[in-house]
Amino acid sequence: MSDPVLQVSNLVKKFGELTPVDGISFEIRKGEILGLLGANGAGKTTAINMILGIVTPTAGEIRVFGKDLTKERIAILRRMNFCSTYTQLPGNLRVWQNLLVFGKIYRVPKLKSRIDEVLEMLEISHLKDRVSGNLSAGESTRLNLCKALLNKPELLLLDEPTASLDPDIADKVRKVTRRIRDEEGASILYTSHNMRDVEEVCDRIIFMHQGKILFTGTAAETLEHFQEESLESLFIRVARGGEIEAKEAISE
Amino acid sequence: MTFSTIQALVLRNLFLYTRTPVRLVELLFWPLVDLLVWGYLTVFLQKHTGDSFPYQITFLIGSVILWDIIFRAQQGVALYFLEDVWSRNLLNVFSAPVTNADYLLSTYAIGLIRAAITSLMLAILSIVLYSFNVFELSWSLIPFVFNLLLFGWSLGMISTALIVRWGPAAETLAWAVPFFIQPFAAVYYPVASLPPAIQWIAQAIPCSYIFEGMREGLKTGTVSWSDLGMATGLNAVYLFLAGLLFVHVMKTAREKGLLTKFVSQ
Repeated sequence: MSDPVLQVSNLVKKFGELTPVDGISFEIRKGEILGLLGANGAGKTTAINMILGIVTPTAGEIRVFGKDLTKERIAILRRMNFCSTYTQLPGNLRVWQNLLVFGKIYRVPKLKSRIDEVLEMLEISHLKDRVSGNLSAGESTRLNLCKALLNKPELLLLDEPTASLDPDIADKVRKVTRRIRDEEGASILYTSHNMRDVEEVCDRIIFMHQGKILFTGTAAETLEHFQEESLESLFIRVARGGEIEAKEAISE
Repeated sequence: MTFSTIQALVLRNLFLYTRTPVRLVELLFWPLVDLLVWGYLTVFLQKHTGDSFPYQITFLIGSVILWDIIFRAQQGVALYFLEDVWSRNLLNVFSAPVTNADYLLSTYAIGLIRAAITSLMLAILSIVLYSFNVFELSWSLIPFVFNLLLFGWSLGMISTALIVRWGPAAETLAWAVPFFIQPFAAVYYPVASLPPAIQWIAQAIPCSYIFEGMREGLKTGTVSWSDLGMATGLNAVYLFLAGLLFVHVMKTAREKGLLTKFVSQ
């Protein structure tokens, strides 16, 4: 089995009295799509922000490509990328201008042809000269994905990439995510509130609740463990059952 | 530190200005208003005082131009950060392989470009409208102007650090910080005009030596090397301390998750 691309060990983040991430450990192997599931406030985004180096962990260790993130952050970031529904590229720049800027930051070789390639992959080549701020939500998400794919990342973090998208565009995003893994060998950490996304895209899932990991396994293993018929009903049960459910699961 | 990263960050800002001409209003309009107000005040005073017109007042126009160098350089650094906040691009930048040095050097470059555009426009207009040629101050102008840029960059770093530390509500500091300094900076009047009890504040500000030195230069035609030396020494200290503050605040921001607050505002 290949070495893990991302290895998170006993990761903790405290903000004063709050502990949004409370001792989580997991890893992603090469070419794997790992889903990070959990209700709002489960700690998914804080975990992603720590993996990106935007938030410093209170305790624990993050190793990416075998390297310590705190010591080799810049070298690691060159080989990974990120796309979130909560961020945008500058709206007053044209699509190609935004991609040119980030391509240079990530030192992408043969940048112009790579820009054309990612635009084509996301089916938005016709928007190349459009002002980014005038794109629809779906087009804007696909532009963000283009930025995230520019440097052919070996590790890609996707934070709710299909939020607020119509089913057609969401389906395209899911297909592209699988294609990136299949064709470019990327390992992907994928968060979503859309259970269909997770079932369709992820090889394994991590179920988080109140900063802790409740369960890790494939979708089928997770459903079997919790004796549920669908991830959606499990999601609702954990979100509503709250602490008792979480404590039971963790103690197991 | 990587040249291509700095180049990319500068390019992003240049695209922004060419794509959004309305931003030139901020770069050209307000300095022009200042020049017209202070310029015509100077003309008015000249007409009414005749030969007894003091040389210091001639320098009012020069002061407008030179103060604007500080202000534009400071804005170049501080607004650069806010542009990313406003466009919700902040996390894209800070999750990319961008070091503190890359980030700061690109903001300096933008500050330099902004200051060059505005001061050149003001210098040309002051020749046309008031026959005041700031370039007559000879080559000594270059080290003086460079010192103003250095001070503007320091103020910009301090402004950005305060905004990061105190969050989106502190955005107005991007415009306010230079004006906290201005009353004590001897821009339009000499340090001696200040009450003795607060002259020490002026003596701790690098640009007060620049404005004092340039007034002296205009009066005597000589370069005040002692003022230039003091300004350069103080600027080195300010740049170092502002850099330390910026790095410290960015470290704190990562520990407290402050950068993510700009995204969820």
